[in-house]
Formats: sequence, structure tokens, C-alpha cells
Amino acid sequence: MKKILLVLSTAVMVALAAPAFAGAKQDAVMDHYKKLAKGSFSASRGKAFFGATHTGGKPATPSCTSCHTKSPANTGHTRANKPIAPMAFSKSPDRFGELKKVEKWFGRNCRSVLGRECTVQEKGDFLAFMFSQ
Amino acid sequence: MKKTLVMTAMIAAMALTPANTWSKNRGVKDELTKTECGACHMVFQPRFLPAVSWTNIMSDLGNHFGEDATLDEETRIKIEAYLVKKARKKEFKKVIDGKQPIRITEIRWFKREHRREVSKRAMKRAGTMSNCVACHKGAERGQYDDD
Repeated sequence: MKKILLVLSTAVMVALAAPAFAGAKQDAVMDHYKKLAKGSFSASRGKAFFGATHTGGKPATPSCTSCHTKSPANTGHTRANKPIAPMAFSKSPDRFGELKKVEKWFGRNCRSVLGRECTVQEKGDFLAFMFSQ
Repeated sequence: MKKTLVMTAMIAAMALTPANTWSKNRGVKDELTKTECGACHMVFQPRFLPAVSWTNIMSDLGNHFGEDATLDEETRIKIEAYLVKKARKKEFKKVIDGKQPIRITEIRWFKREHRREVSKRAMKRAGTMSNCVACHKGAERGQYDDD
């Protein structure tokens, strides 16, 4: 009995201590941004960034939500009406596991939505939000 | 008896499969093109536009019909080469702003083919005229005769 309790409590502690991201590949991507960042990342800042209406980008896409809908748990649609798999990590656990691909889409979509590259802070906050969902 | 059963099952399977599954795939077969272009939209067959149109499209991916669709240079060159190789051989007589069209939906035959063909409901479902697959189920395989 004692043993079971010990195992259980250890499991709970490990679960609590573990970061919000599940996959090793995703951890590696996040580590890349952490190394470049000055401070830490915040899921709530990422949430605000995701939902905000930005200026400076292309007229058809003023916000992430223009294509991805208001919740990252939803299936989005491209302007050509092709479905976009949810970005929430709980719904699409294969996402954000390849740095090259992540950078490609940050590049395209930040330029489309904000008319500029995103900062490391914005990218990290955004990912923290997605991993928390 | 067994033979008859197998035959019946095969015929049933064929009857239940959409017709275009059996016809030749005239869609894009280049995997890179399929992956990259298909990430956002239906993979249009290069034969819809002449080579110069594809070159113009692929040299302006930073502003791809109102979006940034930038590719790394190596990928961009490979896809452009494929599109140019498989492009429509003849240029269009009717130019748009002095150039060959880059929007398939602005080509004269396209407009003629779709005139009064698309109901409001179908349009709502498709979202845009460039979403061929909304009505032409075999569009990605180059099949458009199902309307």
C-alpha cells in the first residue's frame, strides 16, 4: 500500500513538474526559442497576440483568427477554403515539431498578418499558448 | 459457388466506387508541388496557365493573391520548373493589364463554363471560385466533367 502511494505521489509530482508541452520534438523547438529569448514565455500573452487585430499586414488577414478562427481548438480555413487542422497541441499533437516548418509558417503568416517578422518573444508566447491548449 | 461470390463482391465494389477513381489521374503528380501548393489551396493543374503566368506567380510569392506564400529558394525553383514544364503550350489571346492572366478564374473559357452554373448555395459551400473540389469531386485528379 505504501509502495503504491509512493508511486502515485511520484507520478503526480512528475506530472506537475513537467512542462506543458508533451513531445520531445516540440520541446526541442521550444528550446530553440528559449535560447534566443531574454525573458520567459507566457501563454496568456500568446493568447492575446493570437486574438488581436493587427495592422500593417495584408488587408485580408488582419488577425490569426482570420483563418484559424477564435479558438485554436477549431478547424480553420484558408482563404481558398481549404481546412486547416487545429493548432491547439491537444488536438494536433504532431504540430510544432519541426523547426524549419515552424519558421516557414511564422515567416509567412507574420508578414501576412503584421507586415513584418515576429519577434522571438511573440513566437515563444504564441507557442506557449498553443501548447497550453 | 465461391467464384461467383468473389465476382459478385468485386462487381459490387466497382459499382460503389465513384467513377473518377477508375479514370486516368490527370492531376499533379509532383510530390513537392502537391505538398507546398496544396497546403493552402487545391493543387491546380499547370496546364491551366501558360509558362509565363507560372513564372510571374512564382516570382511574386511574397504577395500571392493577397498572402505571403514565400518558399525557400531551392523549393521555389523546383516547383517553378515543374509548373513551367507542364504549362499550357499556347498563350491566351486575351491579356489582362497587358499580361497573361494569373488567375484561372479570370480566363475567358473558365468564366464561360461557369456562367449561371453555380447556385448561391454551391457558392456558399465553396467559399471561392478557386475551390474547384467543392463541386468537381475529381478536380485534384484533373477530372472536371462531373458537373
